[in-house]
Amino acid sequence: MKYLIRQAAVLGGQATDVLIIDGKIAQLGELSDAEATVIEAAGLVLLPGLVDPHTHLREPGREDAETVETGSQAAARGGYTAVHAMANSTPVADNAGVVEQVYELGRKAGWVDVRPVGAVTVGLGGQQLSEIGAMADSRAKVRMFSDDGICVSDPLLMRRALEYVKAFDGVIAQHAQEPRLTEGAQMNEGEVSAVLGMTGWPAVAEESIIARDVLLAEHVGARLHVCHVSTAGSVEIIRWAKARGIAVTAEVTPHHLLLTDEKVKTFDPVYKVNPPLRREEDVLALRAGVADGTIDVIGTDHAPHPSEAKDCEWGVAAMGMTGLETALSIVQHTLVQTGLLSWADVARITSFTPAKIGSLADQGRPIAVGEPANLTLVDPAARWIVDPFTMATKGRNSPFAGMELPGAVRATFFHGHPTVLDGALATPRVAND
Amino acid sequence: MKHLLSTADLSREEAIAILDIAEEMRETGTRQVKKLPALRGRTVVNLFFEDSTRTRISFEAAAKRLSADVINFSAKGSSVSKGESLKDTAQTLLAIGADAVVIRHPDSGAPARLAATDWIGLPIVNAGDGTHEHPTQALLDAFTLRRQLALREGVSPLGRGLDGLKIAIVGDILHSRVARSNLWLLNTLGASVTMVAPPTLLPVGASAWPCKISYSLDAVIESGVDAVMMLRVQGERMRAAFFPNPREYSRYWGLDDTRLKALEAKGHDTLILHPGPMNRGLEISSAAADSPASMVLEQVTNGVAVRMASLYMLLSGDLI
Repeated sequence: MKYLIRQAAVLGGQATDVLIIDGKIAQLGELSDAEATVIEAAGLVLLPGLVDPHTHLREPGREDAETVETGSQAAARGGYTAVHAMANSTPVADNAGVVEQVYELGRKAGWVDVRPVGAVTVGLGGQQLSEIGAMADSRAKVRMFSDDGICVSDPLLMRRALEYVKAFDGVIAQHAQEPRLTEGAQMNEGEVSAVLGMTGWPAVAEESIIARDVLLAEHVGARLHVCHVSTAGSVEIIRWAKARGIAVTAEVTPHHLLLTDEKVKTFDPVYKVNPPLRREEDVLALRAGVADGTIDVIGTDHAPHPSEAKDCEWGVAAMGMTGLETALSIVQHTLVQTGLLSWADVARITSFTPAKIGSLADQGRPIAVGEPANLTLVDPAARWIVDPFTMATKGRNSPFAGMELPGAVRATFFHGHPTVLDGALATPRVAND
Repeated sequence: MKHLLSTADLSREEAIAILDIAEEMRETGTRQVKKLPALRGRTVVNLFFEDSTRTRISFEAAAKRLSADVINFSAKGSSVSKGESLKDTAQTLLAIGADAVVIRHPDSGAPARLAATDWIGLPIVNAGDGTHEHPTQALLDAFTLRRQLALREGVSPLGRGLDGLKIAIVGDILHSRVARSNLWLLNTLGASVTMVAPPTLLPVGASAWPCKISYSLDAVIESGVDAVMMLRVQGERMRAAFFPNPREYSRYWGLDDTRLKALEAKGHDTLILHPGPMNRGLEISSAAADSPASMVLEQVTNGVAVRMASLYMLLSGDLI
């Protein structure tokens, strides 16, 4: 199939025509092609397909919350062409069998590249390294390893993990949360938790682990990725580590770029998330961290839950928020419209860099002739009201429900195949490999 | 007033109106026939997810004195560990024909959640939620203070606040819903509050509260206060290393006999309050608990009156 995208602003710059043939970008410039399906894109921004370093697809085990199919449909609608599926499924993705299963489910679904993340430790138990080599050598070619949801808190085990993955060009993605300092924690510890009488989740519980891990990464010369950074202090530590030359990358979620712990005053568990929503100062520090390059990437931490897990009192509610279908709009709202980032920067933090961190060869590539046609067309002038009940994800737990947001994904091309057209899901790509 | 969830929601006028109605209710409690027909035919459910005999029987007495029917529903532990969600439990009560729900729950915010959702459309009274709030306790404490001071001055308590009073709240502030509800209400009524506790039992973030904070009970007693509210120290706090041991806690933050003498020596007629149940010998000595300045039993009596006023205002229409 041939597609001709007409007059799209490449990375928000010059308007250009883009001809896609057989999954690749065939030509750029002033083009015409009688056989191609034409997509009028005047006023739209063309980005490389988004790459999420941090998604929970829930399958296997919690297909009531999400499946690889529904989660990757949500991803496509959000402009993504690749997602990293976190390892906390049931069974845990701690061996080649499970990661290959998830990889195959993603391939068969055909909406995005599903790249499984392998667990660092067996069963996320924090005791014994999982078979990292077998997962790296599997068909899923796992390069990112994480016990996400649980911190690899044992310092010696973390050191060994950082060292060991060097053999497979891997990276450890750490969920930084000191367990003893967060026992029973329900929300950010600060002025709001003091009023609400909720057990606090101190910033230091995140920052102390990040400080330890960057020093470990320096000591053993390994790569460290810090998941969902949420505090101003974490940004400072990572800035310091980068200045020192330590190989650390960091991620921030859309919700931590916008929402604060003031939301918890509603006691609505849709705002319950790990790490918790922090203070206004933290939100501003995170945005500044993205703007100056301290924070490298946006990770959605898309965490769908069935309604009963949120339609309850705060204390027993599940932690997590959906995010795939709102991420780009939140990025535009918090970083582009505030003047902190250009669209070229958006391409860097949502596609180029996350693909590099995950070692994805076909993703996050420049928009250039001969490159794989993983592309997203965004209408930056659109405005829409978030309605979780119209989303592709099974999760209805969007903290942005009812908000009016800027920017809408008009089309997503996944290896040259349109998975989204006119802002709606089209058809999956039929894998021919 | 649609619900009674937090004293922070109450304006000065609303708070004084509740206290004034409670005065009338208290008068009926001194009659031979203590019952009023106000809520005849209405059903109040006491939904208690935490053990609390004292608060539950106080609410039960309050509802019965207003001629309401009372259903007690006890379910220890969280709703989930019981296998039924709070939503289903609440909707069951609605289906049974409840007109108001008095809820005690171990999770901060559970009553607010019940009030904010479309699960049931009933008036909700927070009878203590987690470490968040216990508004009727604060109302009965304010009622007790106001009434005692008016008696002392030989004036009517009606229509008055607590303007200019100096109150010390002493003990486990971190885990105390009583302390939080009292802080907001005492401020609304014009009193000034000092929180006294070991630093481990004060929340991070308390510095933003509208009160003074002190680590020294002796210094606060020396400064002269109109009332001290002693908070119960829970056994589990001792095991979680908030302080070295009960003796040391008592030595620094307990209202022991020496401090009772110091209070009396100030000649300030300082009132002593405790929400109960007391740990005699830990946060309060027997001499202090049994002293003429102790309001402990008066608080219990007043609790019924304040809860009658609260239920009356929620269930019999719009006085405010």
